[in-house]
Amino acid sequence: MSVAWLLTALVLLSLAGFFIVKGRALASADGDRRSLHSLPNYYGYNAMLLVFVPAFFVMCAWLVLQPILIGASVSSEFSEQNLTEDMNMSLVMSDVRRVADGLDQAIAKGAIGEDEAEEVAADLDGLKTLLSSVGVVLGSDVSDDIVASAQDYRGMAGTWSVIRDVVVLILAVAGFAYAWSRTNASFRARNTVERAVLALLIGAAFIAILTTVGIIYSLIFNTVEFFRLYPASEFFFLLEWAPSFSGRGGSSSLGVLPLLWGTLYISLVALAVAVPVGLLSAIYLSEYASPAVRGIAKPLLEVLAGIPTIVYGLFALLTVGPFLVSFFGDEGYLGVNWMGGGTAVMTAGLVMGIMLIPFVSSLSDDIINAVPQAMRDGSLGIGATQSETIRQVVLPAALPGIVGAILLAASRAIGETMIVVLGAGAAARLSLNPFEAMTTITAKIVSQLTGDSDFASPEALVAFALGMTLFIITLGLNVFALFIVRKYREQYE
Amino acid sequence: MTDATTPTPKRASLLAVDERTRKRNAAEARFKIYGIVAICVGVLSLVVLLAAILSNGIPAFQRTVVQVPVTVTQEQYDAAESTLFKTKEYEGLFVAALSAELTSAGIEADISSGALERLVGKVGNNLRQFYTANEVQLGQEVLFEVPAASRIDRYFKGTLAVENITADNRFIQPQDLDVAEAMKDAGLMATVFDWNFITGVDTGVDNPGGAGIGASVLGSLLMMFVVLFLALPIGVAASIYLEEFAPKNRLTDFIEVNISNLAAVPSIVFGILGLAVFIQYMHLPQSAPLVGGFVLTLMTLPTIIISTRASLKSVPPSIRDAALGVGASKMQAVFHHVLPLAAPGILTGTIIGLAQALGETAPLLLIGMVGFVARYPETFLGGLEGPNSALPAQIYNWVSRSDAVFTEKAWGGIIILLIFLLTMNIIAILLRRRFERRW
Repeated sequence: MSVAWLLTALVLLSLAGFFIVKGRALASADGDRRSLHSLPNYYGYNAMLLVFVPAFFVMCAWLVLQPILIGASVSSEFSEQNLTEDMNMSLVMSDVRRVADGLDQAIAKGAIGEDEAEEVAADLDGLKTLLSSVGVVLGSDVSDDIVASAQDYRGMAGTWSVIRDVVVLILAVAGFAYAWSRTNASFRARNTVERAVLALLIGAAFIAILTTVGIIYSLIFNTVEFFRLYPASEFFFLLEWAPSFSGRGGSSSLGVLPLLWGTLYISLVALAVAVPVGLLSAIYLSEYASPAVRGIAKPLLEVLAGIPTIVYGLFALLTVGPFLVSFFGDEGYLGVNWMGGGTAVMTAGLVMGIMLIPFVSSLSDDIINAVPQAMRDGSLGIGATQSETIRQVVLPAALPGIVGAILLAASRAIGETMIVVLGAGAAARLSLNPFEAMTTITAKIVSQLTGDSDFASPEALVAFALGMTLFIITLGLNVFALFIVRKYREQYE
Repeated sequence: MTDATTPTPKRASLLAVDERTRKRNAAEARFKIYGIVAICVGVLSLVVLLAAILSNGIPAFQRTVVQVPVTVTQEQYDAAESTLFKTKEYEGLFVAALSAELTSAGIEADISSGALERLVGKVGNNLRQFYTANEVQLGQEVLFEVPAASRIDRYFKGTLAVENITADNRFIQPQDLDVAEAMKDAGLMATVFDWNFITGVDTGVDNPGGAGIGASVLGSLLMMFVVLFLALPIGVAASIYLEEFAPKNRLTDFIEVNISNLAAVPSIVFGILGLAVFIQYMHLPQSAPLVGGFVLTLMTLPTIIISTRASLKSVPPSIRDAALGVGASKMQAVFHHVLPLAAPGILTGTIIGLAQALGETAPLLLIGMVGFVARYPETFLGGLEGPNSALPAQIYNWVSRSDAVFTEKAWGGIIILLIFLLTMNIIAILLRRRFERRW
């Protein structure tokens, strides 16, 4: 039985439980609703929750744990047998899984029968052609042992899936039986249901914590793995980024500094665009503009915030880059030849700056509006012009908040991916020329994890160390910015 | 009191503006202009961006087709089916029909098999598939509409560098363009709306003109389905707890700090999470919309929680008090009264969160949703588990190929993406307008 059917069965069982137990509750009160402790529906809800929730959670846990446990058991058998020196356990396991999945698919598509799957595995070439006919391509190093393990894997997966179905259904029925046995006129169904619902609500709130734990776990675990293979001092202090492409050699230079420089440089250019434009538009919109102008200009600027970053990336690569080259490139209008190609720090920075304009302007707008009107009135009353009031009274009062907004924008810029992947280039270098191609932490995370190299190599694991660096920088900036903004808000409230 | 004793300059007249006032007024005017310039820069960027998208993307929705009436008789069909190279025979039939049309239109052109391939590509198989499926059409005239070769297509769209074409070019030769021009005048070639771009699937580098975005739109919709069914209930439940039930203590503070930090974590970090936890650890299938949906759910949850809490907060306490006053339990007050009143706000926030998730690319690259997807999934569940792409990931994939036709397709994909986002945002605005309540 597939998971979808199991889920459908659970839903149907819980619905049946609802009506049956509701009926029993009414019957136990001789059809007189007034002598029940709770509304009849609550008895039904109680049954529904008892049938569905425990069974559902057990099913989810089972789905997560089963492949891990079976994988562990198969791989331990395998290592007892004949794992040669140069074979990587994780690669072997992925082959085993692929063969097993391929056989399952072949059966599902009707290419072979369930019983034929046992025999077909004996013939290695026949197996390969069979699997490629269902779209699973095997590497050349698939041996008989792997196929045998795959058979084991399939066998265990089949057995345990049946056990899973049985356990889940038994739990559901047991939940129903429990609800049934407790249902009588004096059972406090509403209180029970409300406690259960509250527990579910708390569980949902804990997802946020779980996500953070998941992020930290996945980053730390793999970063530690990376530092075991590659010296940390080189990662932090080497001035060169040159991963080897074979994925196996120890000849890679994986220094984070060139990437960090590229990231900061592009962010700096972006902020140099976004902060003046965003801040001045926020000042104009909140202090000068008539409601009509504000009503048009503010939404227009905010449209910029709703545009996906892939669109900005394309814009940088195909529009802004060539445009800049036509000015600063070889044979450009300025005749300076500073720019070799369309991808450059300037390209990515300018476009990212455009993206950040609404971010800076709407945050600053809120903060400027939060400055009390009395301060403006006081300044205007002693004869200052409006611009003097803004520059000498409003802005200093709003400064901490604006700094917070800029820091949040900086954290956005540092974590931005698609614009730099498309617009900044792929070469890591330490250079001051803003018209040269550079690369960033985020762009390298993408390129190191989307290649073919296996997860165990330092070239792939370095992406997690980069992710950790990125996470720490952005988290630090966010916490600091929020701290400043919050502290400032308290002053005037 | 030294200030008071400084002699103030005598003003000659109250009507004439003195130097200092003029300076201050000029500074005032300048400052105002800075603001206007800043807004103009912002709006101008938006206009340039949209202009670039529209001018580059609209050609992707058009395609040049060759329309030739062909008549294949039963004898020709039998003869073609009995040879070894069947498609070659059909191609001959097509060439004959095309040549006849050209002569009747008064165009002198030598359509050899090579020239045909440069103009329309391989058509033999199209004909064969049509006639083997519809044998009743044999002997009747059928108007065949086949896509023109991608370079001819680009020639009519004006994106082909005509001056670089030499006689030894394998893909197109100068005289082909004249033939194409003449065919267009004779009505044998036409530019039509390219439905295949909207409904089709991705193609390999050998057929860039035939690539469509349909399958990846479906992938995105499947992901949005997963996000909606996970993020909405979880987000609403978490917000209800935090807003209505949570005691003020360290734990709830910690949860709140977590949520506001998660909202600011770069999206690529969620991709790393998805890769490490869902694929590396749990061994869920790679490139599957299900996993993409999980990752995007975690990413949108903070957005949904923040907006849901805001709309729960905007329901006045008198509603809760009234419900409690007539004997409802706390849970009943929330679920029967507060939640329905907050629903429009929650829906608006959810739609905006979904729009954000729809345009997100970076995490999808990490979980492998950039693969080549050449067919639609067969079943709904197969679609969730099987490899698929997503709209923004498909756009990225097309940009990274070198062919100019794919670039054009990428711009076209962006128009479709923006149409989706625009629709979602308009729905959100309408919902807000229609149901927003001032208490």
